Amino acid sequence: MRLARLRDTDRVPLHLSLEGAGIAALEGDTLLTALLAGGGGYLREGEFGDGRRAGFCLMGACQDCWVAVEGLGRVRACATLARPGMKVTRG
Amino acid sequence: MKVAVVGAGPAGVRAVEVLLGAGIRPVWIDEAADGGGRIYQRPPAPLQRDPKALYGFEAARASDLHAALDAAKPRADWRPDTLVWNIHSGRKQLNTLNAGRQGVVEYDAAILCTGAMDRVVPVPGWTLPGVTTMGGAQIALKSQGCGIGRQVAFLGSGPLLWLVAYQYAKAGAQIAAVLDTTAFATKLAAAPGLLRGPATFAKGLYYVAWLRAHGIRIAEGVTPLAIEGTGDVTGITWRDAAGRTQCAACDAVGLGWGLKPEAQLADLAGIPFDFDALQHNWVPRRDAAGRSPVPGLYLAGDGSGIGGAEVAELAGARAAMALLQDAGHAVETAALDRRLAGLARFRAALEKAFPFPAHLAAGLPDDALFCRCEGLTAGELRATITGPTVAAPELNRAKAVSRAGMGRCQGRVCGPAAAEILAAKLGCTVAEVGRLRGQAPVKPIPLVATP
Amino acid sequence: MTETRCEVLIVGAGGAGCSAALHLALRGSRVVLLERGQVGGQASGVNYGGVRQQGRNPAELPIARKSREIWGRMKQLAGTEAEFTVTGHLKLARTDAEEADLIAYLDVARQHGLPLRMVGRNAIHVEYPWLGPKVVAGSFAPEDGSANPRLMAPALARAARDAGATIHERTEVVEYAHDGTLFHLRTLAGGTFSAPVLLNLAGFWGGRIAAAFGEAVPIVPLCPNMVVTEPVRYFIEPNLGVVGGNVYLRQIPRGNIIIGGGHGESDPGQPGDTPWSRPVPEVTMQAARLAIALVPALEGVQIIRTWSGIDGQMPDRIPVIGPSSTTPGLFHAFGFSGHGFQLGPAIGAIMSELVLDGRTDIPLEPFRITRFAPAA
Repeated sequence: MRLARLRDTDRVPLHLSLEGAGIAALEGDTLLTALLAGGGGYLREGEFGDGRRAGFCLMGACQDCWVAVEGLGRVRACATLARPGMKVTRG
Repeated sequence: MKVAVVGAGPAGVRAVEVLLGAGIRPVWIDEAADGGGRIYQRPPAPLQRDPKALYGFEAARASDLHAALDAAKPRADWRPDTLVWNIHSGRKQLNTLNAGRQGVVEYDAAILCTGAMDRVVPVPGWTLPGVTTMGGAQIALKSQGCGIGRQVAFLGSGPLLWLVAYQYAKAGAQIAAVLDTTAFATKLAAAPGLLRGPATFAKGLYYVAWLRAHGIRIAEGVTPLAIEGTGDVTGITWRDAAGRTQCAACDAVGLGWGLKPEAQLADLAGIPFDFDALQHNWVPRRDAAGRSPVPGLYLAGDGSGIGGAEVAELAGARAAMALLQDAGHAVETAALDRRLAGLARFRAALEKAFPFPAHLAAGLPDDALFCRCEGLTAGELRATITGPTVAAPELNRAKAVSRAGMGRCQGRVCGPAAAEILAAKLGCTVAEVGRLRGQAPVKPIPLVATP
Repeated sequence: MTETRCEVLIVGAGGAGCSAALHLALRGSRVVLLERGQVGGQASGVNYGGVRQQGRNPAELPIARKSREIWGRMKQLAGTEAEFTVTGHLKLARTDAEEADLIAYLDVARQHGLPLRMVGRNAIHVEYPWLGPKVVAGSFAPEDGSANPRLMAPALARAARDAGATIHERTEVVEYAHDGTLFHLRTLAGGTFSAPVLLNLAGFWGGRIAAAFGEAVPIVPLCPNMVVTEPVRYFIEPNLGVVGGNVYLRQIPRGNIIIGGGHGESDPGQPGDTPWSRPVPEVTMQAARLAIALVPALEGVQIIRTWSGIDGQMPDRIPVIGPSSTTPGLFHAFGFSGHGFQLGPAIGAIMSELVLDGRTDIPLEPFRITRFAPAA
């Protein structure tokens, strides 16, 4: 999945990582936006062999966008603002 | 008097405004960093917040609400970023979680304005990255300036289908198709009732006309077949009203069939629920003013039955007035009550125009996933009727046997579809199979070593 | 309304009641099982799912041994093993005194033929490197394990029905009578049932049935406070308990971790009411702290659901099992005090033996209903 940035692209850039790979994002992005607009592709693997997930409701209800951030623990990507230097792992 | 208001969407803002006006300073809690609810969610500060661009026809209403929100925050005990994960209506306590810390809020009276989420019918392929709810697609655009893809298909029914497609097209996304599961004739039949809300009706017609005028592919009365793709979304297939299979290439799909209340706190508080056949939702019981049968608890906004943002604002104010009345204040409510009654009639027409496609959920193929959290197929749920244990005559037994609704979302997403699948299999009504009972926590909370 | 006549009436469709219906039906008895709510709706369905023998009151061990034998052939008996898995049960000590307790129990286990192995101070952290430093020793029962309580009673009920038993759910008995030969039961909806034999397997509500026959016992409701987490990598194989029992946890291969400890709150209600029970937030948080002390890696794992249900607790923490002291043909088995899930299958078998053979090999003397001082 790749989110398409349609407006408000003149924001301050910031950088974080997903599974060690660099992700370029913008200030004001949620983690979900940062990772999925930045080429991360997906956020977690379904635990029961049912495929990759990349969130669904984007409003903190469906619980399908959990990721882990070093130092923060597990968070919902849709409800967490991206910060420079965040080290994110999937699931 | 200790008053708590849960939620800072349209209902919560207007409830708090009324309370502050009567000299009561409520504890005011929202899970998000800012108020506004889902509909008037403001982007994080680094993004532009031009109301006209973000809210279109609703810009003036959004600006008014934001002004009220910002004025009320410093006067209330405002607690953003705070999840209310449990309520104990006997002890009159809310359990909260903020930045990993547990808390307890005591109340004498509380107004629950917990909002709504998209109501979804599973479609084969709906768990693929690139598929979001209609609301999710709108949040991506409004709050993050992003489309959920470059070439987006929208599937569902209801006012949001046309609005979101319009917003995406205006923002420069390619619209692969707008697929409405409701037949044109159904909407036409409801049109006279919709004229009770002429402004809303006209806006709806405007979006449809605009999309048609821009040559966007539109199909009504469709039966979705599948969202195609292996790693990512590559297309969507459906059967058109004439029975032909159609497809469109796309890299993302927004799905939604109206809204359902986020009423978990009302449930945990012990408020009884009734099945509202018109909106095809279980709704917590309340009177027209928002009083629940549980002493000290009031309900307002979409969390107490879907009414939309305009109703939510009025209902929020009305519930706060009911609270004040019950506390001995004299409050004049006749005009407000008349407006709420009028809007309820319009709402009824809207529900008739966009009925929930129960047959689509009931007919989900056996091998299609219906529960995202537990990775369960429709066939696995149907097997609870014939499997190795006694039959599941209602939804909670089916949950116990199949795990449907036992995942992280507690059945928020799959609950309506699970009920339809089970009802169809049992040959009874969806009201008869019941609803998934709420269990704390309302949303996941971490195991922690320190309190 | 005509009275439904059968040979054995059973009240309470928990694990014991369903097992009794099954065992009796398999031997040809005409059985009717009446359940106020749903099959397995209370203690049998909401408990932790421990299939544990170690640590039990010695009086219960003969029943637990018999039940363990039935658990081993559950698939043949009930059509499903209800996720019964022999993971072993590891009971942990966090202090020297608790360790002494484990050592003392080794003799009890030996007397009852229960395999049990002490895991000492050095070995415990080698064998189970994910245990926290507070753990000082453990004892491991390799034959123990766990099962899914949500599936067990419904599976036994289905098997009983297939064997010819009649089961009525949502059928609350509101009146009990005995005319010297037959029991006559009237339900809330007005139905009437009669039989020469009545089995009281009604959990907490069993106390009310006993009272109806003039043998009230000091039973109180007991509500386990249960927690389950989201699925995480599977790493905790054994079912874990502690001396004193203030926390217990297990992980299922799907990854969820089930944690119990402390008690919720409830109202069993009066006849006609719907009982309620629910966990208590502070108890949940306390169980979380105790669980993290055992397995530090649990910190930060998300709780996704909590629940409770109603069991009956006796003052001496062992159930009432055996014939009534007042009424011929009435047999009790209730008040399992929070640890009846493992025993349920054997209780059903024992009840069938008492009814059809007039005897059982299992010593039931410690469980006699007359052991309490007469309640007012």
